[in-house]
Amino acid sequence: MAINLTINGAAHNVDIDPDTPLLWVLRDEIGLTGTKYGCGIARCGSCTVHVDGQPAKACQLKAASLVGKQVTTIEGLSKDGNHPVQQAWKEVGVPQCGYCQSGQIMSAAALLARTRNPSDGEIEQAMSENLCRCGTYLRIKAGIRRAAQLGV
Amino acid sequence: MNAVNLSRRFFVQASLAASGGLMLGFHMPTAEAAVTEAKPWNTPVTGIEVNAWLVLDPDGTVTIRIPHTEMGQGGMTSVALLIAEELDVEWSKVKAVFADPNRHLRNNKEYKVMSTHGSQLVALQHPHLMQAGASARERLKEAAAQAWGVTRDKVEAKQGVLKSGSKSAPYAEFAAAAAKVTLDKEPAIKEDASQWWLLGTGTQRLDIPNKVNGSAQYAIDTRLPGMVYAAVKASPVPWGKLKSFNADAIKDQPGFIAVVELRAVEGKRGQPDMQDAVAVVATSWYKAKNALNMLPVEWDFGDSVTASSKGMSENAKKVLGEKGLISKEDPKALEVIAASKKVVTADYERPFETHLRMEPINATAHVQDDRVDVWSPSQDQSAAVLIVAEQLGRDPKDVYAHPVFLGGGFGGNGGGGTAVTRQAAEISKRLKRPVKVLWTREEDVAQDKQRPMAAARMTASIGEKGLPEAIFTRALWYTQDKQNQIGPATADYGIRNMPYNIPLRHHERHNLDTHIPSSTHRGPGANQTGFITEVFADEMALAGGWNPLDWRIEMTKELPDWQLVLKTLKEKSNYRTDLPKGEGMGIAAVECHGTIAAACATVSVTRRGQLRVEKIVIVADCGHVINPHAAKEQMEGAACYELGHAWVGGLDIREGRIVNTNMDTYNILRMDQMPDIEAHFALSGGKKWGGMGEPAGPPVPPAVANAIFAATGKRIRTTPFRQYDLTWV
Ligand code: FES
Ligand code: FES
Repeated sequence: MAINLTINGAAHNVDIDPDTPLLWVLRDEIGLTGTKYGCGIARCGSCTVHVDGQPAKACQLKAASLVGKQVTTIEGLSKDGNHPVQQAWKEVGVPQCGYCQSGQIMSAAALLARTRNPSDGEIEQAMSENLCRCGTYLRIKAGIRRAAQLGV
Repeated sequence: MNAVNLSRRFFVQASLAASGGLMLGFHMPTAEAAVTEAKPWNTPVTGIEVNAWLVLDPDGTVTIRIPHTEMGQGGMTSVALLIAEELDVEWSKVKAVFADPNRHLRNNKEYKVMSTHGSQLVALQHPHLMQAGASARERLKEAAAQAWGVTRDKVEAKQGVLKSGSKSAPYAEFAAAAAKVTLDKEPAIKEDASQWWLLGTGTQRLDIPNKVNGSAQYAIDTRLPGMVYAAVKASPVPWGKLKSFNADAIKDQPGFIAVVELRAVEGKRGQPDMQDAVAVVATSWYKAKNALNMLPVEWDFGDSVTASSKGMSENAKKVLGEKGLISKEDPKALEVIAASKKVVTADYERPFETHLRMEPINATAHVQDDRVDVWSPSQDQSAAVLIVAEQLGRDPKDVYAHPVFLGGGFGGNGGGGTAVTRQAAEISKRLKRPVKVLWTREEDVAQDKQRPMAAARMTASIGEKGLPEAIFTRALWYTQDKQNQIGPATADYGIRNMPYNIPLRHHERHNLDTHIPSSTHRGPGANQTGFITEVFADEMALAGGWNPLDWRIEMTKELPDWQLVLKTLKEKSNYRTDLPKGEGMGIAAVECHGTIAAACATVSVTRRGQLRVEKIVIVADCGHVINPHAAKEQMEGAACYELGHAWVGGLDIREGRIVNTNMDTYNILRMDQMPDIEAHFALSGGKKWGGMGEPAGPPVPPAVANAIFAATGKRIRTTPFRQYDLTWV
């Protein structure tokens, strides 16, 4: 079935089963591979994207439910890779293997869009569903604090 | 010193650098992918090759080819730093690309080592990497000297510029000539840290920009024209035999292409060996996975279906009462213990753990008549070539592995990677088209090669000064890997070589067979037996009335490096034993991969038993540190990784199968559980070069367990901690 999706501001017409999770539409149909598969059951946060500005797990979103909505992926977060969260991530040196980081960055960007200067508790709450096997949590926290200074 | 003779290795034009098909078939992000920053592996390399590691471009760019994998440990940056230090070029001009594994094999291991494991990259490979930089520098100087009519010692090479008197030129100008220079003698490398201008300064990693915008390519991101997708399933009880399946039942499913049967090779159960499995191939992975779920499959589970964590644990208890293989014999130790008035004894156990790399197990292969291409998250890309060649019966020189970033490694992708690489090659061969094989997370956990389960019975007699006079240990280790995972290096590693000066020691071990696939895992042995030794050390110290930190300092009096680490920990940690109930500090120290790491953990436990790990101070002696930024990152990361296993992890085996196969049931540490980590170095220097990827992990769980005892009086002897009732009054 043909479905129209708006991703990173561009229109995409994809021919898929409407139940297909957005994650696989992005990765395998459209070729936006920055959004990652980690668990497929809403438990790791690697697949986090924004839907109308809110963080959401792409492995749980059916493609058909996104018609008429704005989807933003890591590739569309900023034009030049210089969203304050990305800048802060580079300054602090957050990523290790990097695999979870698209999801971490999207969750952090959504948090800062809601709360300019989050407390440690607010950071932990907003980020606790984004897992990192490499253990970059302390640097993620530092990155969010730095991004808050840079101003989202 | 590794003298490298590079004279036979010149290539005149460096665009040849990309030879071996490194640029083939990569998917480029489409325009709406806002960021298309250059990727290390497909950026065309321009300039002139000086040696296999180095290409100099007239615009000043220095391209360094990285033979090792980047799996989050900073390996890409480490290699570039070691070479740039000796070459003496501006760091901002350095660009990293992955080296070509096919070239490495074709030219008789040209890069010496491509494998990336065992925390060895810097510790063991720094001599030849630094040599590659030093050698190029001297050749550049020699080429300039010849052109300028002076001797080489009159030419200076600094920050990319060659100079002699009034003459000067950028390195690139002499790159072609340098490639043809033969030196009488290879230059010495700068082993002494006081000579370094770049190493040791704390450098930002080269891979970071690609890892904040979605452009870093992992094996799972491979997309090829005409590619199809496969989802696979092996027997839920590992190594079960495939009896039958009914492909007809799913042939009308959307996108269905084929079912491919895969077979284990009898007797082969190593890291990259395949089990019996079925693969469903479809036009997208989502469709393949759905069709696989509907495929009727029958397995013969064999006897292993009766195995369980509980059963293995009960068996361990029984076996710990039986005599094992002797790894250090001392009958006197047994006599002294038997006659002693004061004996400490306890049993310990650690369950199986899984790697759970964030990138699930996958590989892509394209098998054609004239060449084979493969993308896999292997920690040794040259071994991936050999494994695929073996699987297909092809000449390795026609097999091209394309290095990619790894979404975690942790020892799970050692050797040529996992069985998935063979699966991808096999399926592509049969279907004659490119195929990406991706395991679901559930398959990844169920069929990964796990960290072996271990247990031990520890007994010591405490003598006059409250110090142990004799120790008798018996350890066991469940593993199926009969090649690499047996012997004193595993089951009683960390026990047998504990640093403590106990006069009489007797050690035994058992290697028990299991059907659970098992293999190397970050900090092999040191994690399991390091935990056991260090909790027991706490028990011995307290039984003798000692402060556990002072006990460790006393018991390692003759060992200067241990003294340095433990005394630094004492100074940095403010360790104390007089905290109010519900708060506690704990100490542990373990040596692995040539590095001693000691940790002091501070915890709080509420009356209702809720644990919080507040802070961990870690001190490490790895001799030298080339990049403090990355080394500290590894200390934080390893601590988090290990604390996750010890606190909330543990694989659960029932009816022969692993039952907690996704992140809702197999847990790792979350941000709100992560303690503050304070990482310090206490470097002994000299000839010591230890690893940093693993050593900071092992002391963390026992330090936390010991802190929990200090806080609550509850002694933890197995993991995960969360299974203990920690309430107190
Ligand atoms: S893949 Fe979606 S939350 Fe893990
Ligand atoms: S950086 Fe590797 S999983 Fe987070």
